[in-house]
Parts: sequence; structure tokens; C-alpha cells
Amino acid sequence: MIRVVLPTHLQRVANIGREIELKVDGPVTQTAILNALETRYPMLRGTIRSHDTRERRDFVRFFACGEDLSHEFPDAPVPDPVARGIEKFMIVGAMAGG
Amino acid sequence: MSSVRVLVGTRKGAFILRSDEKRKDWDISGPHFAGWEIYHINGSPVNPDRLYASQSSGWFGQLIQRSDDGGQTWEPVGNEFAYASDPGTHQWFDGTQKPWKFTRVWYLQPSPVDPEMVYAGVEDAALFRSNNGGKTWQELPGLRDAKGVLWQPGAGGMCLHTILLDPSNPKRIFVAISAAGAFRTDDGGQNWLPINKGLNSPDEIPDPTAEVGHCVHNLAMHPSRPDVLFMQKHWDVMRSDNAGEMWHEISGNLPSDFGFPIAVHAHEPETVYVVPIKSDSEHFPPDGQLRVYRSRSGGEQWEPLTNGLPQRDCYVNVLRSAMAVDQLDSCGIYLGTTGGQVYASPDSGDTWMAIVRDLPAVLSVEVQTLP
Repeated sequence: MIRVVLPTHLQRVANIGREIELKVDGPVTQTAILNALETRYPMLRGTIRSHDTRERRDFVRFFACGEDLSHEFPDAPVPDPVARGIEKFMIVGAMAGG
Repeated sequence: MSSVRVLVGTRKGAFILRSDEKRKDWDISGPHFAGWEIYHINGSPVNPDRLYASQSSGWFGQLIQRSDDGGQTWEPVGNEFAYASDPGTHQWFDGTQKPWKFTRVWYLQPSPVDPEMVYAGVEDAALFRSNNGGKTWQELPGLRDAKGVLWQPGAGGMCLHTILLDPSNPKRIFVAISAAGAFRTDDGGQNWLPINKGLNSPDEIPDPTAEVGHCVHNLAMHPSRPDVLFMQKHWDVMRSDNAGEMWHEISGNLPSDFGFPIAVHAHEPETVYVVPIKSDSEHFPPDGQLRVYRSRSGGEQWEPLTNGLPQRDCYVNVLRSAMAVDQLDSCGIYLGTTGGQVYASPDSGDTWMAIVRDLPAVLSVEVQTLP
């Protein structure tokens, strides 16, 4: 199971807690994680990535294993500890503003 | 006994204010959707417990929320606003062309006859309609054919911020866009006409009487006379007696004809309200005095309404969607400020009181009159 952490605003939209576990079939990539997330919580479609282009929204970032994965290729495998459910895949609202 | 429900959208959430017909004691609930910008909440005229809310964020984009119990509980519905065709480009602030891009929903207007039908005015400017309670949205792209390439953003963005549905003619819709102007369809939304003759914008656009490009801030109509429209423009308060075919200025003795909202009394079609602010660069009331101006003659002659409103050191603004009227026998007027106050007058504007004083900046105010 993949451990995913959501920002507060999206927890409220989906009415879930801070961390959820997702089953991801096949290679574990950012795209696969987000597809699984949006399938289970369709109200989150459009809030993390664009409906049409599927690109990450500008003010959303992805962190894991102490690294910023936001600019990694979305279809590349995520770090192994994330894929094995040891480390969390964090979806974060960018630190913008005061 | 009748009651009223005031729907307030703010920079950091939605609030719902309830009172009986005396409109003296208020119950306040919220914040709903705390931390999100709520550009607009509006209720269905045929099913008042069905509410729609536009919830947006610079981080997480656009959501549409729907309630079927008067705002006690909400569920997210469809939030995909895809332009029906390649929208191409529009004019940017510097006169260059820029690609059209969806940003947010500014305005939601439920149908007066069908609780499942609701219109959405969006930025970059376009009109969408849902026929299934907000689950899916389809653009009415003919609007952009009304010289959309020449439209440009106002300071708040290139937004479709006002939708008026003609209660006597379901095929007629009026919309207003900043900074493009006012537009009308007579065939249910397929074809649109710019309706900006008579507008004059010498300091804003190179051709001051151009067919499009005017910064219309708000439109208002009395349902008994849908051909009579009132407009608060960037500068100038305007009136049309022929569904927008021609406009004439009615600013008259206003201390400033710059402002954002405009509203019509529920029972007196010639009684109109505006909130003058000092200028395009000084978005606050003249002399630090918050004054609603009322005309009982359809414009030209205006009287200041001050009783209960702050008359010193007041430098708030009232945004374009932040004034509304109720339908009670003694018509109530409501306005919300960028300072977070919501003021109500239960007597057509003669006296005012603050329902609540310390909300986040108010973006919109709507009111429902409930049996």
C-alpha cells in the first residue's frame, strides 16, 4: 500500500484524514498514485493536477524521502521506499505568502 | 412567519446568516469551506434549500459545492470547466494577445424554473451551464464570438461576473464581463450581441465608444420590467430602457459615479441603489463616509443613506456582487464590505445595522426570502 499525505484543504474536501493508504496496480509512479487517489476520491479531480493536461498545478508540490519530486517525470517510478509503503508520498500546498 | 437567509462569500470561507422578518436578531453559521475563497453562493428560486457555492483557491483550483438542505451540509459536484472550442487569445493588459485560460467561477445563477439548471460565469470570461445540478458543465461558446479577441482583463481578471435571466423570456440572458462589456442572447445562448451603445470610456480604451472593451462592473434588473437595465460601469451609472440597445447616463448628483454594485428595490422598479467610491485608484468611500445612494426616480436624483453606516474613518469597499435585496414587504437591503462587515437595512435603506462586523473580506452577498 502506498502512503499518501494530503494538505488540510484537500483533506476537508475529501472528508478524510491526513494520511491515507492507496493500492496502486503496476509500476508505482506519480501518475499511478494520482490516478488511484482520484479514482477513490473523485472530488479531488482538478485540485492537484489539471483536468485536461494532467499537469501538476503550479502551487502544488510532491515531497518524499526528504526530496522534492515535483519536477520528476510523472511516469517515472517513485523512490523505492515510497513504492514499498515505508516512506510517505506527500502532496503539499506550496509555501507561498507570508 | 417569513424569514431571510443571507449567503455571504468571503476571502476565507462562506457564512450563512439567518433571521426572521424583523431582521433584527441574526444566527450566523460558518465558516463553511474555511480558508477557501468563496466568490459566490446562490440559491435556486424554485428550491430554496438547493444552494450552489463557488469555492476556489490559488493552490488547489476550483470546486463547486452543492447543498440540498439550505447550507447545513454540502457535497462537491463537477468542477471541470472545459471551453467548448479552442478559445484562442484575448487582449492582455499591455495590448498584446494572451491565450485564454480558465481560472475560477465568479458567479452562479440558478434557473428560475429548473433546480437542476444553473449557469456559471467564469474567468477567463465564458458562460457555462449545467443541466444536472452542477455535475457537469457545458460552455455556451457563442458568447466568445462576440469579439472575444478584443476583450481584456480588468484589475480583478477577465471575468464574467454578472448573469441576469429574463423572467419573462427564457431565451433571453444578459451577462457582463470586465473588461468587455454587456452582452445579450435572445436564443437561449447560441448567439450573442454586444449591448454597449451609449457607453463612453475615454480614459480606458482607445475608441471610447467601441462596441466592446468597456469595464462594466455590474448590472441590475427588476423582474417586472426586464427591458429596463441599470449598470454600474467603471465610471458612470447607466440605464437602458430597451434591453441594452442603448444606454444613457443617470449618474446625476452622485458624489462619484465610480463604484461596483448596483441593485433595484424588490417592489419599486424605479428605486435603485449604488455605493459610490472615490475613484478607480482609491477604492474607498469619499471622505471616509460609507454611504449608499438611493434614487427613487430611476436615476439622476440620488439621496445618501447614512443612518447606521459609519460616517467617519471608513475606507472599505463594497465589491460588485456584495449588495442584494430581499423580497419582504418592507424591502431589505444588504451589503458586505472588504472590511468584513455585513450591513442590513430592513426598511429600504432608511436605517442600517451591522449583522456581523469581523468576517474576512466579503466577496459576495445574496439573500433568500423564505416562506
